[in-house]
Amino acid sequence: MEIFDKTMRPGTKPEDVLLSVEGLHKWFEIKRLGLFRVGDVKAVDGVDFQLARGESVTVVGESGCGKSTLARTILGLYGPTKGRIVFDGRVIDGTDKEALAWYRRHVGFVQQDPFGALPPFMTVQRILNEPLVINGVKDPEERQRRIRKALEDVRLMPVEDYLTKFPHQLSGGQQQRLVIARAIILEPKLIVADEPVSMLDASVRVEIMQLLGRLQQQYNISIIYITHDLSTVRYFSDRIFVMYGAKLIEKARTKELLKNPSHPYAQALMNAIPDPDPDNVDRFREVPGGEPPSLMNPPAGCRFHPRCPAAIKGVCDVQEPPHFERGEQHLVACWLYGEEHAEQTA
Amino acid sequence: MNRVVKGFKDLAQYPSAIAGLVLISLFVALAVYAMVTMPLGQAIELWRGSGDVWQYTPRNAAPAWLNVFPGINKPVTMDFNTANMPEAKTVEEIAPGMWEVRVSFPFDFTYDEFPTEINVFTTVRNSTARPFFSMRWLTPDGREIPLGDVDLRASESFRLGQDARLTRRLGGRPAHMGLFADPNASEAVPLKGRYELVAEALVFEPDTELDVRLVVYGQLHGLAGTDHRRRDLTVALLWGTPIALAMGLMGAIGATVTTMAIAAVGTWYGGWVDNLIQRITEINMMLPGYPLLIMIGTLVDRNLLLLTAIWVALSIFSASIKSYRAMFLQVKEAPYIEAAKSYSASNMRIIVQYMMPRIIPVLVPTFVGLVPSFVFFEATISVLGLGDPLLPTWGKVLSEAQDMGALHNGYYYWVLAPSLLLVFSGAGFALLGFALDRIFNPRLRSL
Repeated sequence: MEIFDKTMRPGTKPEDVLLSVEGLHKWFEIKRLGLFRVGDVKAVDGVDFQLARGESVTVVGESGCGKSTLARTILGLYGPTKGRIVFDGRVIDGTDKEALAWYRRHVGFVQQDPFGALPPFMTVQRILNEPLVINGVKDPEERQRRIRKALEDVRLMPVEDYLTKFPHQLSGGQQQRLVIARAIILEPKLIVADEPVSMLDASVRVEIMQLLGRLQQQYNISIIYITHDLSTVRYFSDRIFVMYGAKLIEKARTKELLKNPSHPYAQALMNAIPDPDPDNVDRFREVPGGEPPSLMNPPAGCRFHPRCPAAIKGVCDVQEPPHFERGEQHLVACWLYGEEHAEQTA
Repeated sequence: MNRVVKGFKDLAQYPSAIAGLVLISLFVALAVYAMVTMPLGQAIELWRGSGDVWQYTPRNAAPAWLNVFPGINKPVTMDFNTANMPEAKTVEEIAPGMWEVRVSFPFDFTYDEFPTEINVFTTVRNSTARPFFSMRWLTPDGREIPLGDVDLRASESFRLGQDARLTRRLGGRPAHMGLFADPNASEAVPLKGRYELVAEALVFEPDTELDVRLVVYGQLHGLAGTDHRRRDLTVALLWGTPIALAMGLMGAIGATVTTMAIAAVGTWYGGWVDNLIQRITEINMMLPGYPLLIMIGTLVDRNLLLLTAIWVALSIFSASIKSYRAMFLQVKEAPYIEAAKSYSASNMRIIVQYMMPRIIPVLVPTFVGLVPSFVFFEATISVLGLGDPLLPTWGKVLSEAQDMGALHNGYYYWVLAPSLLLVFSGAGFALLGFALDRIFNPRLRSL
């Protein structure tokens, strides 16, 4: 497999690539009266990236930018409209059921709402037993061993206290640990975590993020972490992808992006990170006004241009910017960094 | 186990649930009693009433316990049989090769009204020559009324009330009145006191056995009274219980579980499957159920199981499929379903193990509430004349009571007993259902 993602760590060998997402599109048809097609919601509109084994990336973006759809398409819950997913050398699409089942065995899913993610009528024991039974772990002792191990891995101990409990008897943090235990019980190579801490108390967020980071280290799991909150990325993220209007508009290594956000939208996101500095009390933060773009009729040119303070008339509203390289392993889709434009202003 | 105990504790907070449970357990006990004491085959045989099974019971008699009410003192059935009371019979050899069998049934008659019939039945075994038989009636005031004499065949029944000569001798009153009437009263009132039937027979062989049975048919009989065919209603009322419970439970289980399963399948797959189910439901909701049943009952078969199966099938595609669908649409979008898909749970597994358990709490009260409607269904089709021709059921009793104009003729007991059983069984399940509804749907508690 060739490496096309220029933000990958230099020297990554093709066999180190775990997941390759190529030109991924997910469009939802909108019908009127259930008959006439009136358009598509383009929730994911051309996303490319590659992910190495044991690497974790953060996809950050505001509500409605398509990041949850991206997560679900990667998980195979939605079939892609266009593009393909290659996992560990195998192409995953809806046509090969066996490949899909194999893929799902190797990908764990951590959802946003821990209580909703757990069947309320099942005990902890049964919740963890289900993936094992479905994925053909036939030996009951082996299943029991793995259930215990998963609970220990997420620090729900002593295990006996938890096995017979129902989800509603657990706290929010414990529920999310259980969701994580379920995600790792099949010993996956990749975990997709869709806003895993956004519904938790601030006090347990750090705990859950650290838990995910530790599991990643311990089992060399790759993580795709989806969030709207840049303040939570530093726990384990190697790279950050900024998503806006169904596209990835900036991709860079975490440190580089936090230090040097380039896209005006990424800069706005950085500005939105709360900073507990007493001097900030009276400071007013610039945030871009306006609404997120409609995914049914996205703006022409750069999708951010209607809200962009630095938009260039005649360029940004006409032509869609390609990914420009800006420094080491840093790509940004903004005309401000386009060479021809740079020539123009010079 | 703990959950069961906890469930009962929850239930115990609602008096209506306790009342409902008590009623249901009473009916279950009654059903078990019926099944233990009388096999179904025997019940069907009795209810069909072939032969002379019912000739020792009165026609259209009210229940015997009516006598406990003040002002009511009606005769109950009195049945004397030498087969059961050997002390009533004496045998004496009065000449070589000639024996006299003497039967005496003395009894006290203390009622204010006349019996409805008086019959004597005889059976003779091991006899080549016909025994010579004569009967006398002794009244409390010392009169002796001969009831005639005859050569006995193997089995003989003397319906004294229909004996025209005896009626004439008794002053135009049939025997069940004339034999008991006070001769000094101007109106027909019974004379209270000790009566005696004396029967004497001459038999000519030593091993001849003769049994005499006197039945004074009352106006009241048994626990539940009797119908126009002299059948004791307890048979049908008793055996109606297990049939009603079985109908109610099977119908309700069949209707709720299948409805839920079909709604779940439709919701999960969506698309044309869902559309098909919805359209079938809408068409079915337009169809008149009972006329359809009458048609099938008339043209195809009047088997209770078949009709119930059709009724269950009709109730599957009913409005409830829509409400289940509404609930499933919500459940379908739950994150845990998405999670199940992400670990490759199959469609069937998701429907059966992830979606259906979620709405079972809503289903339980609905199920309990549906039981009475299927209990009533049996009664309804019976009254419509579609009842199973063989089974003794509450509905059959009601249907026959209606055919015989029970209410016009004052046979209230005939209508009331099965009606009350229906009402109480329905009430039992309904009361339990209300409480379950409150437990399983906590939002109702605040109302």
